[in-house]
Order: sequence, then structure tokens, then C-alpha cells
Amino acid sequence: MLNKVYRLAGIKRFEACFQDNEIYSDTVVVRPDFLSICKADQRYYQGKRPAETMRSKLPMALVHEGIGHVVYSASGKVKEGQHVVMMPNIPGKNDGITAENYRTDSLFRSSSFDGYTQELVYMPEERVMALPETLDSYVASFTELVSVSFHAVKRLAGFSHQRKGHIAVWGDGNLGYITTLLIKKMLPGTYVTVCGASEEKLDRFTFADQVLLTDSIPGGFKTDHAVECVGGNYAEDAIGQIIQYICPEGTVALMGVSEFPPKINTRMVLEKGLRIFGSSRSGREDFEGVLKIYQEDCSIPAYLGSLVNNVIEASGVADITDAFEEDAKTRIGKTVIRWRA
Amino acid sequence: MKKQEAIMGNVYALVLAGGSGQRMGNIEKPKQFISLCGKPVIIHTVEKFCMYTGFEKIIVLVPGQWLQHTCSLLKKYIPWHENRVEVAEGGDTRNETLMNGIRYIKEADRLDSSTVIVTHDAVRPFVTMRIIEDNVAAAREYGACDTVIPATDTIVTGDGNNNARDIPDRRYMYQGQTPQSFNALMLWELYHSLNADEKQVLTDAAKICTMKGQAVRLVQGEVSNMKLTYPYDLEVAKAMLGMGGNGSA
Repeated sequence: MLNKVYRLAGIKRFEACFQDNEIYSDTVVVRPDFLSICKADQRYYQGKRPAETMRSKLPMALVHEGIGHVVYSASGKVKEGQHVVMMPNIPGKNDGITAENYRTDSLFRSSSFDGYTQELVYMPEERVMALPETLDSYVASFTELVSVSFHAVKRLAGFSHQRKGHIAVWGDGNLGYITTLLIKKMLPGTYVTVCGASEEKLDRFTFADQVLLTDSIPGGFKTDHAVECVGGNYAEDAIGQIIQYICPEGTVALMGVSEFPPKINTRMVLEKGLRIFGSSRSGREDFEGVLKIYQEDCSIPAYLGSLVNNVIEASGVADITDAFEEDAKTRIGKTVIRWRA
Repeated sequence: MKKQEAIMGNVYALVLAGGSGQRMGNIEKPKQFISLCGKPVIIHTVEKFCMYTGFEKIIVLVPGQWLQHTCSLLKKYIPWHENRVEVAEGGDTRNETLMNGIRYIKEADRLDSSTVIVTHDAVRPFVTMRIIEDNVAAAREYGACDTVIPATDTIVTGDGNNNARDIPDRRYMYQGQTPQSFNALMLWELYHSLNADEKQVLTDAAKICTMKGQAVRLVQGEVSNMKLTYPYDLEVAKAMLGMGGNGSA
């Protein structure tokens, strides 16, 4: 079927084109309703990925966070009109050990292939999940990002030793906000400190037990475990502070994406016997976990609602460009696209 | 999350496939049956309409001699929507064809004051979901709507003797596309109130409304929603589909 796809063709340049999509026995066709822009999309849009990466990936439709309604299900297993969250990962071959989001042959939307800025998104039925009807659409639009935090917190809980009285999160952006919120929910009783560079951004973390500016962390500060949600140029500083303040045998989750490899004080890592693990993307069971939390505790989507900065309607290339430009101006918060194209 | 539910209900699509295809240079086969990237153009168009779940039925109106052929094509290419797509015979003119579509709804006892029809040229396969959604919403709210794009060329009206009569302000000039959508009962009654002379000058369905003082809302079309009329158009359509990207998984 002819499908209009809006692809990034070059730096800050979207183009509309058509493709003829095929329907397979397990295809569901989703009309996107609300999409959300991720930092990874912005890096493509602004040309902040290496030139070789840009050359090999573009043209490509961006955005991997989104919800929509099903307009067709080939098997009939998914009801037409059902509101669903779309999962951007297409799992590779299961070896019984590697999670779907770490398999080298897995594919990911807006990275390996076209994202959601399409008139209709064709997906395997196993890659959509029904949304609770009462869930706010704006919050639901970035469920994928929340599932990434859920995945990391779940792994932190499993990898770290049993003393979890205090966990510190470095990063005062969206990822830090969501991860802190989920630690409070998933590890009840844990005292959570957020370390960030901006007092204004830290003011939003009303559910955290403590917030600290990274340039004035008290000398005696200690944490059992830590999560790095900084990424970019400041990831190295954040990792350095984590290694400095974490207790011996602590576990560190790295979540921030950096284009440049940060230096790590391995002498101190060895001395303290730290466990450092990486966490990236998420899988189906993480989406299930997030939706379960949303239904159990309405305060979680309510807190997440405060992250919604802009809601921009997009019915064509100019609107999509506007949405990305507006999003680039924000320091914290999510830009939601009401998809009409 | 209630967007589509709010506009669902008694809505029908009428896909008008009555053309002979002579301008396409293929007098043996009407242009809606010509292949575009491996599929007849009419199939591409009907497939898109099938993706709008608000339609109770999609009625494809074709010349009588192409009725069986159309049924076979639909069965071959879109078997999963067999229950939603119906094929009926068109009329001698575009508007008679359209009235046959409304008659079909009437005979199924589904025509009432809230029935909306979305009428579309079978040879415009690049219609988008957004255009269809906007048509249904506008027809519901205003009773009639026409899909248009701003005119890019200056429009010149003539006096019939090779003289320019007027050059209207381009800001108010548009090129008509389809869909054109209507409250079905209103259109039925307006059409049957026209006399033979009035029917003679009709070029499209929206004109039935404007002749009778019924407001027609403009819905924004898209340049890509082109009509495949000439062989050149088919080449453009093929080129549009050939623009590669980092496509499917």
C-alpha cells in the first residue's frame, strides 16, 4: 500500500516520499497519533552524529517514541481502533542469553531503519502493546523512554548487592528525572539523591529525597550505588564523581550516550571493586512493566506529565521541522508531536 | 485518544472509477486499471481507503463492462477487506455515477440525515490519511467540502474567442482535487432539484452545492495527491515511488 514517509534527508532537512508497503500474516498497521522527540533524533537532525554515520543512515524517518491506533491487523488478533504503544526494537535471533535490545542482529527504528514519522507504520503484531484507555496521550507518547529507565533500574536492582539504602543519580535532564522517579517506585525505601548542574532543573525533582549541585557535593557524601544519566561531553565528569563518591563494591549503571569515549579512573574502580554496567534501549517486558506501574500508581504518569513542554501539531515537512527546532530550545522536558501527516 | 471514534459512524467512501482512459493513450484499458509498480492504480487507491476504519463500506463505482474485472482485482489484491469493499455500476456522467453510489446506500437502508460520503477519483492513489480524516471531519461539520491546493499558475479566464476576459487574484484561486465529501442526503436532494440545463454545466459534485447556495468548506490537499491523467503523470508517479530511503526492516 502506498505510504507517505517523512525522512530526514540531510542536516535539518526533511523530505516527504512514498513507498509501497507490503502486508504479512502478522502485520499490524498503525496510524500514529502522538510522537515524542528523543535526544538521539535531535543528534541526527542537527548533524551531530559523525559524517560517516549520517551518510550511511540517511535518508531515514526519525522518531522511535510514539503511540497510535491500529487500523488493520492481518491476523485479526489486534482489534481495529485499539490504542497502542509502538515498540521500536525488532529483535534478532534469540540465543537464550542476550536480551532483545542487545542482540547485534536486532533492528531499531530511527537508527537501523525508518522511524515513526510516517502516515502509517507497519509493524509485526508482537511489537505493539495495548494502552490503558485512561492514560494521558502525551505521557503515553514517550513510554519508550520510560521503558529504557525501567530496564536500567531493573538491571541495577538485579546486579547490585543487597544494601540499597542510598542510590545517587547523576543527571538533571529527562532521563535523570524518569530514572529517579522509577527508582523511588521500584525500590521503595531507598533514599535517592540527584546530582545535577542546574538548580532550576533540579527544582523539578520534587519526589527525590535530596538534590545536589555537582559543583558543591559535600566532601563526606557517599552512595551505595549510582546511575549516570548525563551522556555527551559531561559524562566523563559525572563518571569521575561517581567513582569518587560511591562506596566500595557499589554498582554503577551507565545510561548516557556519548559520541566521544570518556576517560575512566580504573585504578579507583579496581580499588573499590566496583561493578559498572551499561544499559541501553529496552524490550517488550520493560514496556509491560511500565504500563503496569502506570496502572498501579497514577502519581507516576502525573509526575511524567510535567515533562511535557510543547505539543506541536504536524501535518507536513514544515511542521516537523518546527517541532524539532522548538525541541532544540528546551533544556529539560519533552516535545510531543500531535501527528496529522 | 478519542479522535477517530468521534468521527466514526455512518460514513461511506465512493471511489469513482468511471473514466475511459483515452487521455492516457490507452483506449483498451481505462487508466484506473493501468499498473503502477506492480499493482493496478485503483488497487492502490482502494487500499488507502481500507486503512480508514471509519468507513462502513467502500463502494467502487465502475463502468458496467469493467465490473467483473474490478471484482476480480479486488479479490486478488485486497481479499482481507472483501466484506468492506463493494463494487457497483457507475452512471453516464460523473454525477450520475455519484448518485448511483448514494442510491446503493439508500437501498441498503443506511441513508439518513447524518450519512457522509467521501467521493474520490480512483486515479488519485497518493491520497493520504490526513486528507481523508480532514474530509470526514469537514463534511460532518459543514455539510460539504472540497480538497484543494493553492493555484501556482496565474489563472486566466477567456471570453470564448481567444481573448482574456479576466485575470483573477491568485490568492483566491485553487486547484481542485478529490476527495469531495458531503452530507449524502443533502447532496441527493440538491442534485434532484436541478433542472436539465443546470445538470448540463456541472463539472463536479461540489458545483451542485455552490449552484444551490450550499457552503463548501475547503480542505487542504497535497501536491502529491495528483491525478494520473496523462502518460507523463504515470512516469512522475513511478519516480515518486522510486525515491529510496533506509526503508523497511
